[in-house]
Amino acid sequence: MDIIVCVKHVPETTDAELKIDPSGKSIETAGLVFDINEWDDYALEEAVRIKEKEGGKVTAITIGPKDSESTLRKCLARGADAAIRLTDPRFEGSDAYAIAKILHSIIKTLHYDLIFTGMQAADDGNAVVGPVLAEMLGIPHVTLVKKIELSTGTAKVNRELEGGLEEQIEVKLPSLFSIQTGINEPRYVSIMGIRKAMQKEIKVVSLVDTGLTENDVGLAGSWINIESVYMPQVEKQAVFLKGTDDEIATKIAEILKSRGLI
Amino acid sequence: MGKIFVLAEHRQGQIRDITYEILTKARELAETTNSELTAIILGKDIKEQAKNLSEYAKTVLLVQDAKMEGFNSEAYKKILSKLITEHKPSLVMMGHTSYGIELAPRLAAALNIPLATDCVGLDFKGDALTVTRQLYGGKVNVKATVCKAQTYMVTIRQATFTVQKPAQPANGEIIEIPSPLKEEIAEKRFIQYVLPTIGGVDITSAEKLVSVGRGIKDVVNIPVVEELAKALGAILVCSRPIVDKGWLSSDRQVGTSGKTVKPKLYLAIGISGAFQHVLGMKNSDLIIAINKDPNAPIFGFADYGVVQDLFKIVPAIKDKIIETKKPKL
Repeated sequence: MDIIVCVKHVPETTDAELKIDPSGKSIETAGLVFDINEWDDYALEEAVRIKEKEGGKVTAITIGPKDSESTLRKCLARGADAAIRLTDPRFEGSDAYAIAKILHSIIKTLHYDLIFTGMQAADDGNAVVGPVLAEMLGIPHVTLVKKIELSTGTAKVNRELEGGLEEQIEVKLPSLFSIQTGINEPRYVSIMGIRKAMQKEIKVVSLVDTGLTENDVGLAGSWINIESVYMPQVEKQAVFLKGTDDEIATKIAEILKSRGLI
Repeated sequence: MGKIFVLAEHRQGQIRDITYEILTKARELAETTNSELTAIILGKDIKEQAKNLSEYAKTVLLVQDAKMEGFNSEAYKKILSKLITEHKPSLVMMGHTSYGIELAPRLAAALNIPLATDCVGLDFKGDALTVTRQLYGGKVNVKATVCKAQTYMVTIRQATFTVQKPAQPANGEIIEIPSPLKEEIAEKRFIQYVLPTIGGVDITSAEKLVSVGRGIKDVVNIPVVEELAKALGAILVCSRPIVDKGWLSSDRQVGTSGKTVKPKLYLAIGISGAFQHVLGMKNSDLIIAINKDPNAPIFGFADYGVVQDLFKIVPAIKDKIIETKKPKL
């Protein structure tokens, strides 16, 4: 079972206070820690588990500058066998559609039984690349995948609907699945794994090798063009409780008491 | 302009709320852009549902086919490709839901129609489309233009637009179109629905909920919030990442993929407030949020906010509550 996993190197922003970059078109990334996109982390884990059971090869692919190699190293340390990084200054400004075209240009030259993407990326949250890539490759896809059972030539997968409901789908292979978080528990990387991963080769591919032109990628090849990025206006703002921890705790206890909640 | 297409979403015989939310917005757009609103519904035995749509839309296109028992994005793609190619609408709208996420990107790629997903706003200037979306789990907004095209496609975030029943029903004409599907979709087939496992706790009937998110960092820290819940007589619930990591069971999950709750008290700890979570709790009577990031979206929904390290403030609140509850001598 040869599996390709498309991964993205994204800033970790859950706990961070974000600021808008002077360009007004992105956030300031200085000081943010970058890591593998959370959904892709589950996708990579699922691929490695299948490989460990069925045999085959896992290839991790990303698009991005040199520093995104740390995400590929992580994939290699987790059990991926090969890694490819697509990079070119002309990829700058690519939206999900252009990204799918770039991924397609390399994946169509590789052998695969399955392709995994994360359901979405934590930064732009488009949830677009997977199904578009599947359409370009002419293979079926299933999004929001929470469970995979493989048989010969087909797979039964559960996809997540709303409110805890799932639907079971039977799909022919080769196929592309966009993986939802919670499908498995991604493993920790061992020191041995990291050491071994440092020695593995990462193949680097640029625009000329893809067969695409500069009109296919970047802004020219995109559906969406970012005009401005800004902090959202809130409908109502919480009353912030300030003071020492004890003072804040006292205020909260008073609020709860006045409402008969304690 | 031309036509606006709205794809109706239905499951187990019920039209889903997102459909009426989009129809409400689409009616407004149709008016301002002088377009004609067309609702589309595809499925098996759905004539009655088509009638509901005719209250909103001037035309309802109905395609019935016994081969469309459950949702199948390939079947939808085939039928919609035909309808879009024939009618050339200026805009196609559907929900950014489990169905829209499965269908829209593939349909857009097949027809080479520019697509913007998970939109919370859209605005036409002439025939140019600008959309509003959110980045980084709702911490940042983005305004983006969509490349010029004859037809645009958008998916709309749930609960973005409030449903308004038309004062005057549109009395739309229902046009049934024969199904263009010649055979079963072979590559992908709906088998069955899988119901969530019934859990031990019913979080929807609890009066007080203490809710924990990613800020708790590690499973070993769960007792910090558990003890506060105990002191308050509250039930401990959580946001999605906590269930994904297996730290609490899925019956305790609040949000679009979990449960919707409306307790008297919702105390959100270390939860940034992505909309998937907020949709499940924003109607609680009293919301208090604790988060390190003063710009966390959760503070836009909370009555009271505390910007502080949860590991410092939560034990202090717990102690104060125990103290307050003690009978005075």
